[in-house]
Amino acid sequence: MAAIRKFLKSLLLIELFQGLAVTGRHLFVRKITVQFPEEKTPQSNRFRGLHALRRYPNGEERCIACKLCEAVCPALAITIESAERDDGSRRTTRYDIDLIKCIYCGFCEEACPVDAIVMTRIFEYHGESRGDLYYTKQMLLAVGDKNEAQIAKDRAQDAPYR
Amino acid sequence: MGAMVQYLQPLFGEAWPLVWTLLKIIGIILPLLICVAYLTFWERKVIGWMQVRIGPNRVGPWGLLQPIADGMKLVFKEIIVPTKASKGLYFIGPAMAFATALAAWAVVPFSDGYVLANINAGVLYLLAMTSVGIYGVIISGWASNSKYAFYGAMRSAAQMVSYEIAMGFALVCVLMVSSSLNLTEIVRGQGRGMFAGMGLGILSWNWLPLLPMFVIYLVSGIAETNRAPFDVVEGESEIVAGHMVEYSGMAFAMFFLGEYANMILVSVMTSIFFLGGWLSPVGFLPDSFLWLAAKACFILFLFLWFRATFPRYRYDQIMRLGWKVFVPLCMFWLLLVGVWMMSPLSIWK
Repeated sequence: MAAIRKFLKSLLLIELFQGLAVTGRHLFVRKITVQFPEEKTPQSNRFRGLHALRRYPNGEERCIACKLCEAVCPALAITIESAERDDGSRRTTRYDIDLIKCIYCGFCEEACPVDAIVMTRIFEYHGESRGDLYYTKQMLLAVGDKNEAQIAKDRAQDAPYR
Repeated sequence: MGAMVQYLQPLFGEAWPLVWTLLKIIGIILPLLICVAYLTFWERKVIGWMQVRIGPNRVGPWGLLQPIADGMKLVFKEIIVPTKASKGLYFIGPAMAFATALAAWAVVPFSDGYVLANINAGVLYLLAMTSVGIYGVIISGWASNSKYAFYGAMRSAAQMVSYEIAMGFALVCVLMVSSSLNLTEIVRGQGRGMFAGMGLGILSWNWLPLLPMFVIYLVSGIAETNRAPFDVVEGESEIVAGHMVEYSGMAFAMFFLGEYANMILVSVMTSIFFLGGWLSPVGFLPDSFLWLAAKACFILFLFLWFRATFPRYRYDQIMRLGWKVFVPLCMFWLLLVGVWMMSPLSIWK
């Protein structure tokens, strides 16, 4: 009996029709595609996008050239050189991030004792020639200056959980 | 149309039959190529919808210019010939695959009397043309001098030969009941019968008395055109693209066009053999070319639907289905139809 049932099941293509019914139903289901440039999915305040270097409200840059980020970076994407500034404080003379090497793990941000290097929500950036994605200190500071309001808001929102 | 012929005929004089045939060929091939282009678009849309996506919608309104953009891209791409390829055969392969897919259209009756070549052995011509198309695949696979291309060619040879037998047997049943090899006659034969007399033509068509043959012909047609779930010839995950792996640009596009033209051909053939061609399904609506188009579109949709649903068959499963299921089933039904036709219960008198 079981053999006959199995034979009929395969001969009458029962299971194939069941499969067709599933895809047939999905033909009319509401589509879930996000039309990217016009529509965007919501982002977390912990989103790890393009890096930025921050400043204090008085305009002084936060980074003290402790090089913890350089040490922790698993992809060796960060290069820092430091020197004593005229006022006697220790500052970076060079702070480069090779975004092509970067794996966006966020360790640099975690390691930073003064919240200088942070990762922003920006992810729609690109380079048109070799070297375009090699960000220098000035470029990183510029990103920070431009997006400070959003960066500060995201940090404040995350503060209770730290 | 008549006025145009009257005006043009004296212009060409002796050469008129040739010119007139060429015009008719252009009249078939141009719309066919547009259909092929938009079939690729329709396929991407339907499969997208079934996967809860939207599908191409960026080029032109609703993405309607997408196939044009794809075509332009392929035209401007470089054709790279492998160093050790057999150059002559390398270019004959895609041409054969494409040309035979188009040549088969010569015998397709679009409506009563609207056929380029109303020959008596239409079915044989059709089988011959689709068989020659296989050589395009085999030759290109061999001429590429690449092991994956060669695997693809071998697979295609084995698969297409196996399924052509089942396909042929299914057609033999159709020939028996319509007692003609002429495609126009086969369609006309389906318009006669008890149900057609009652105004329900749809029940007089061959698909009902020959239902298993209809299914076998359709499935064999999918296997013949190397469509999913029988696409082991291309098998992206196994042999990359099979016989097409060394082709680029327009040479690749030829295979692509040939495959889709064959898909349309198989759909139209299924409509003609089993779904009554241009005949109207009900008595109160007139017979028209539009019925054939609608039926072919339905079969084409089935092609896409199957592709969106079924995973690829394993190679030995394909062989098993072809030889151990379809061929015996065809033999049995052939016998049954033969006895049926000789018995007093025959419906094809």
